[in-house]
Amino acid sequence: MEAQTIERIVQEVLAELAASPSAVLPKGKTDMPVPPPLQPPHVGQSVLQADARGVCQEAGTDITSPEAKAVPLLETPQDREALERMMRSTPARIGVGRAGPRLKTQTLLTLRADHAAARDAVMMDVPEQLLEQLGLFSVQTCCTSKDQFLTRPDLGRQFPPETLEEIKRRCKKSPDVQIYASDGLSSTAIQANLANILPVLTQGLEAKGLTIGTPFFVRFGRVAAMDHISQALDAKVTCVLLGERPGLGTAESMSAYLAYRATVGMPEARRTVVSNIHRNGISAVEAGAYLCDVIEMMLKAKASGVDLRKG
Amino acid sequence: MASEKILSVGIDIGTSTTQVIFSSLTLENTASYFSVPRVSIVDKELVYQSRVHRTPLRDRFLLDGEGIGRIVAEEFGRAGISPSETRTGAVIITGESARKENAAVVLDQLSRFAGEFVVSTAGPDLEAVVAGKGSGAQQYAKEHNCYTANLDIGGGTSNIVLFDPDGRTVAKGCVDIGGRQICLSGDWTVDYCSPSARSIADSLGLQLSEGFPISPADVQQVCQRMAQLLEQLLLGEESSLLHKVQTTGSSWFAPPRPVQAVCFSGGVADCIYHSGQKPLQYGDIGVLLGQAIRESGLFQRFRVVDARETIRATVVGAGSYTTSVSGSTITYDPGLLPQKNLPVLKLTDREQARCIQRDWALLAERITWFMEQTDSRRFLLALPGKANPSYDEIRQLADALSQACERVLHPEEALFLAVERDMAKALGQQIRLCSPKRGLVVIDSVQLEQNDYLDMGRPVVNGLAIPVVVKTLIFG
Repeated sequence: MEAQTIERIVQEVLAELAASPSAVLPKGKTDMPVPPPLQPPHVGQSVLQADARGVCQEAGTDITSPEAKAVPLLETPQDREALERMMRSTPARIGVGRAGPRLKTQTLLTLRADHAAARDAVMMDVPEQLLEQLGLFSVQTCCTSKDQFLTRPDLGRQFPPETLEEIKRRCKKSPDVQIYASDGLSSTAIQANLANILPVLTQGLEAKGLTIGTPFFVRFGRVAAMDHISQALDAKVTCVLLGERPGLGTAESMSAYLAYRATVGMPEARRTVVSNIHRNGISAVEAGAYLCDVIEMMLKAKASGVDLRKG
Repeated sequence: MASEKILSVGIDIGTSTTQVIFSSLTLENTASYFSVPRVSIVDKELVYQSRVHRTPLRDRFLLDGEGIGRIVAEEFGRAGISPSETRTGAVIITGESARKENAAVVLDQLSRFAGEFVVSTAGPDLEAVVAGKGSGAQQYAKEHNCYTANLDIGGGTSNIVLFDPDGRTVAKGCVDIGGRQICLSGDWTVDYCSPSARSIADSLGLQLSEGFPISPADVQQVCQRMAQLLEQLLLGEESSLLHKVQTTGSSWFAPPRPVQAVCFSGGVADCIYHSGQKPLQYGDIGVLLGQAIRESGLFQRFRVVDARETIRATVVGAGSYTTSVSGSTITYDPGLLPQKNLPVLKLTDREQARCIQRDWALLAERITWFMEQTDSRRFLLALPGKANPSYDEIRQLADALSQACERVLHPEEALFLAVERDMAKALGQQIRLCSPKRGLVVIDSVQLEQNDYLDMGRPVVNGLAIPVVVKTLIFG
């Protein structure tokens, strides 16, 4: 739905561009590189496609790509190299110039495309195919729909009794470590990272001689749902891999929340968290290897969260 | 926040001066509670600096190893520091001294002060970079966002380095221009004249003969020509004379972008920034050279900035700026650290790609060749790594590395790996699964080139990271 809206806007803008290219493209010195996006004015021939993330793109150019974002839209910067360096140092949208008092068309489109990706991350479901491929069975919290999940955080922390029974029935009891994944607020994050982090975690923990519970997937899950799972399965350490609320920077950020002997109603301070797991943060494989050590440390100290830091 | 202080020593043995400094480096895990740890050097504090000693020489060409040993021993005593307390640092033999035959012997003499992990190194290119960091030129480049050159003008050589606005070294070089290229006694008699000074004099049609007097005006002319040559160098120009005075074994200084600011360090720098010294105060042309540079086109063409350290730039650089720290998610067997002088075998992106495709034969060949070349069974394999690698890529890479090592490396020999991208922990974990018996150290976030050497210290900040020193040349 969002993609279509954007597609329409892009079409319109491209049509405008075709009519008068000089109106929008920078007119700076001839030796200055002209920003590449939105170039081909032949609207009739250009093919508009939506990529896997649902981001609409003109064939060959994705305005949300890091390459496109690295190009300043400011037409005559005093020191272009310095501006580019500053832009490299922050994901904030600086150096974008302006059109009168407003954003330039490309800036607005990029912003909307990023926003659409963020919304998609929240609204989409983790594909069944991925869960099958990883051999994960799927359960659901007390939420019955995405809307309810978003409006009733409390229900996303609980399970219907029969679901808890199912989890008990299908999973190994009393493991050293119980790992499960949950969509949280970004299915995209799970899609991007789960297949890479899960085998690293499993192998690393097995190499340390620890017993690992049966992994599975929780739909409509919030962090504290892990407490019910920890209790139901009598796990020493419980670790949930959860999609983080997406921002306009990335929709792929995942976190791992861990706790030693998590119990329902325990203080939040007992959770250990490793955040920012995505391609531009810590990579999924490296995070997996790091988590193995964290889990080992928790088992040794019989503690997690702030208590672990104290020790 | 977990932090740790380590003591670093810097010893600079130059053509004319020898100095010792101690600095305290603070390493800290700067990552927030919610992130993966990230240890970095957050503070460098100079805790002791020696006076500037004249370098003891046996004759014009031989360093007096015992004399140098005595100076260093005295300075340790004065600072109240025992050699075993220093955890890192560098001994640098610089300028013309580095070429003197007994430099290796001198380093040997100093090894008893070296603590467990002090680097001994030399080389004109390295000195340029070290001095540029110590003088503050690198910091100026970053803070003022401009291409900044540092000219470290000592007794024997002028070392030049250019930093880009990110503080990276983009050009370096060395020429035989310095204060002691011509030594003069009080009555303007030439006591010594180096081959390069003679070439410069020749180009002016002047005769320089040891034991004969020379007129002050002629000396001035030679100094002006030296200043001119330095100006040419900074402008990236070439001339046959400039090539003639290029220091043997140094790189040719080729700035990729125009130099915007210039900073001076080294003994002559004090005579550039300040006037008023007597011309023959040091028995050489240092004062006159400084004056010639101050009055040369250098000051008109470039923005000249003040140095934070002048004569101490190299020693401060050696003590405070040679140590860096590895990434904080790494894999290692504690018993294998510290390690000194690991020669670096670097794989290209393409060679790495072949490893990821499980083709270990090429790698095995490279390792065998390298061990023959270096006549050493110890080495460090450097990989570019991959941004956001997949699990399969890591597994296949680990597999190829293990296979290759199994074929060509004795089972008792450990495998040392350094990856540029942050993936050492995951890669290390996979390699351990493939070859559980072999000793292993995998670090990341370290930039290395073929022919570098790497030193690794004992782990710091609860074993999270390892201090490392990258070197370009070692003796022996």
